[in-house]
Amino acid sequence: MKDIRQEKVLIAEKINKYFRIPVDFHVLKDVSFSVRKGEFVTIMGKSGCGKSTLLYVLSTMDTDYEGRLTLAGDLVTGKPHDQLARIRNEHIGFIFQFHYLLPEFSVLKNVMLPALKLGRKSEAEIREDAMEKLRLLDIGEQADKLASRISGGQKQRVAIARALINEPAIIMADEPTGNLDSRNSANVFDILDKLSHEKHMYLLVVTHDEEFARKTDRIITMADGKITRD
Amino acid sequence: MNWSLIFSISRTHLLSRRKQSIIAALGVTFGIGTFIILVSFMTGLNKMLDGLILDRTPHIHLYNEIKPSEKQPLDYLEEYASDTRIIHSIKPKQNQVRIHNALPIIDYLKDDNRVLGATPQVQAQVFFVSGAIELNGIINGIDIQEEVRLFNLDNYIVDGDPKDLVRNDNGIILGAGLGDKLSVQIGDRVQVTTASGGTFQLKVIAFYQSGIADIDNVQSYANLKVAQRMMRAGNNYITDIQVKLKDINNAADMSGELSRQFNLTAIDVNTANAQFEAGNTIRNIITYAVSVTLLIVAGFGIYNILNMMIYEKMNDIAILKATGFSGVDVRRIFISQALLIGFTGGILGLIFGFGVSVLIDHTPFEVEALPTVKTFPVNFRLLYYVIGIVFALIATFFAGYFPARRAQKIDPVDIIRGT
Ligand SMILES: Nc1ncnc2c1ncn2[C@@H]1O[C@H](COP(=O)(O)OP(=O)(O)OP(=O)(O)O)[C@@H](O)[C@H]1O
Ligand SMILES: [Mg+2]
Repeated sequence: MKDIRQEKVLIAEKINKYFRIPVDFHVLKDVSFSVRKGEFVTIMGKSGCGKSTLLYVLSTMDTDYEGRLTLAGDLVTGKPHDQLARIRNEHIGFIFQFHYLLPEFSVLKNVMLPALKLGRKSEAEIREDAMEKLRLLDIGEQADKLASRISGGQKQRVAIARALINEPAIIMADEPTGNLDSRNSANVFDILDKLSHEKHMYLLVVTHDEEFARKTDRIITMADGKITRD
Repeated sequence: MNWSLIFSISRTHLLSRRKQSIIAALGVTFGIGTFIILVSFMTGLNKMLDGLILDRTPHIHLYNEIKPSEKQPLDYLEEYASDTRIIHSIKPKQNQVRIHNALPIIDYLKDDNRVLGATPQVQAQVFFVSGAIELNGIINGIDIQEEVRLFNLDNYIVDGDPKDLVRNDNGIILGAGLGDKLSVQIGDRVQVTTASGGTFQLKVIAFYQSGIADIDNVQSYANLKVAQRMMRAGNNYITDIQVKLKDINNAADMSGELSRQFNLTAIDVNTANAQFEAGNTIRNIITYAVSVTLLIVAGFGIYNILNMMIYEKMNDIAILKATGFSGVDVRRIFISQALLIGFTGGILGLIFGFGVSVLIDHTPFEVEALPTVKTFPVNFRLLYYVIGIVFALIATFFAGYFPARRAQKIDPVDIIRGT
């Protein structure tokens, strides 16, 4: 991949997606937009309008769609799964709507795994990085606990730390503050905001939190599978 | 790809499902353990039986067979060559049982570098006289030192010292059954009459027991010279030559060669013991069939447990894939779990199998028929342990492969969206 921090970091062209089961259902209808580097974008819209579905397509995890998706000038549509996994590992940090951690591993190990997979740094360095990210999110003291033994809000923050570990160019988040109190929610916003402006990461965040959205660079509003306002 | 990362993930998975992992490993342990026990015991038994036979059987036995001539006089007449010839009442050819030129033949054999040793024998039909009763018997005139060296005669001596035959020209080693019938002890004298009417006094120096009653009731051993005297013959009178080779596999070829060269009947050990070979083969088949069955059962256990594990780990698989692990990585994680189970269970199985084999090896097993056997026979061979662990790894690899393939194909979005 070329330098991902070039002008148009993501281009979605006429994305259409259908669910066939239980009934034929047109979820995403001709969704087209692009994002420039360092932009902090939020997607808003009513529940069930297709925000998460769109995010899965953009994250390369969902390959069952029509249209073209370009990341950093590379067309990713139609690439084999293993190559897409590599792209996700290196360039995309994903924060799920539901905090998905590996329950049998420690908090620290959860954060370290994507970096160990990338294999660019030594294990000691990765451990250092992971601790730093955890401290950044104010959960450094939970590092050695099992991931199944911490609260929902803490899990959410561990998931954010994990998304940051490989310093990806793109961070996609599906309601990252959904489980957090206002103090932590503000903290998460500050961290994400800093990333976009200082490290020029591109952030695409789905949220219902109006206050959160208003502080970002750009709001995309969706309704019924279409972009209604940008 | 980074194998230490893959192993560290699969180790965590296995350790967090400790009970299931242990049960899966125990399945392999029992499969491999039973294989080791069975194969060690069965081949031990085979080796013991082979030993019983092969110890005492010459690799090649040369003698003169009394039989009708292959070519009857009529066959030499050319004018009838094309006719159908019918001859009635064919009799065996008048022939000597002694081997012509036996001593040069033995020297010749001893010079052959395939040969470990060759010993002369003289068989004499005799009667053992006890009061008014005459018992039928055979005295084998032997060279006792060669007989001990080549055919382990000393292993079958239940009482007395066979080497006494060297010091005592007129000694005799009696078959144990014969000794019982004559009710004689070591040091007693027995009277022997020969077919030609001669009478000899021999001193009992040892008892011999082969384990086969028919033999022990008639067989006895004396010095070669004594047997020759009984036959009223000189020291070149020899009825049998027994050959032991360095490599038993040459027996068949060499026996044909010797038979042609010296115009003698030559029986090689494989022909003499064909039925034992068949027995060995059948025992081996049973051993491997039972072991393979056990391992297949263990394999299904692993297959089930991994399938269940993958079902429980759908979320983990989705997360790993979402954060950049490829399908191949996920497959390797689960295959390595199967291999870890197979390796741990297999090693434990080897230890378990070895332990039980040692126990069996020390279990007393004494039967009168087998004087040399004191405990159950067990064959300890490194090869079986290598086969065992390789088999464990192969079986668990296949048991893990199919569930792992399923994990490889899981679509992360389906799971992440699902909740
Ligand atoms: N696996 C599926 N099969 C069929 N239909 C689905 C599936 N997943 C989602 N949908 C439908 O697609 C639509 C979009 O779902 P999506 O999860 O993208 O909504 P969303 O905008 O993220 O909502 P929310 O804000 O509640 O998370 C919904 O109407 C939903 O019913
Ligand atoms: Mg959603």
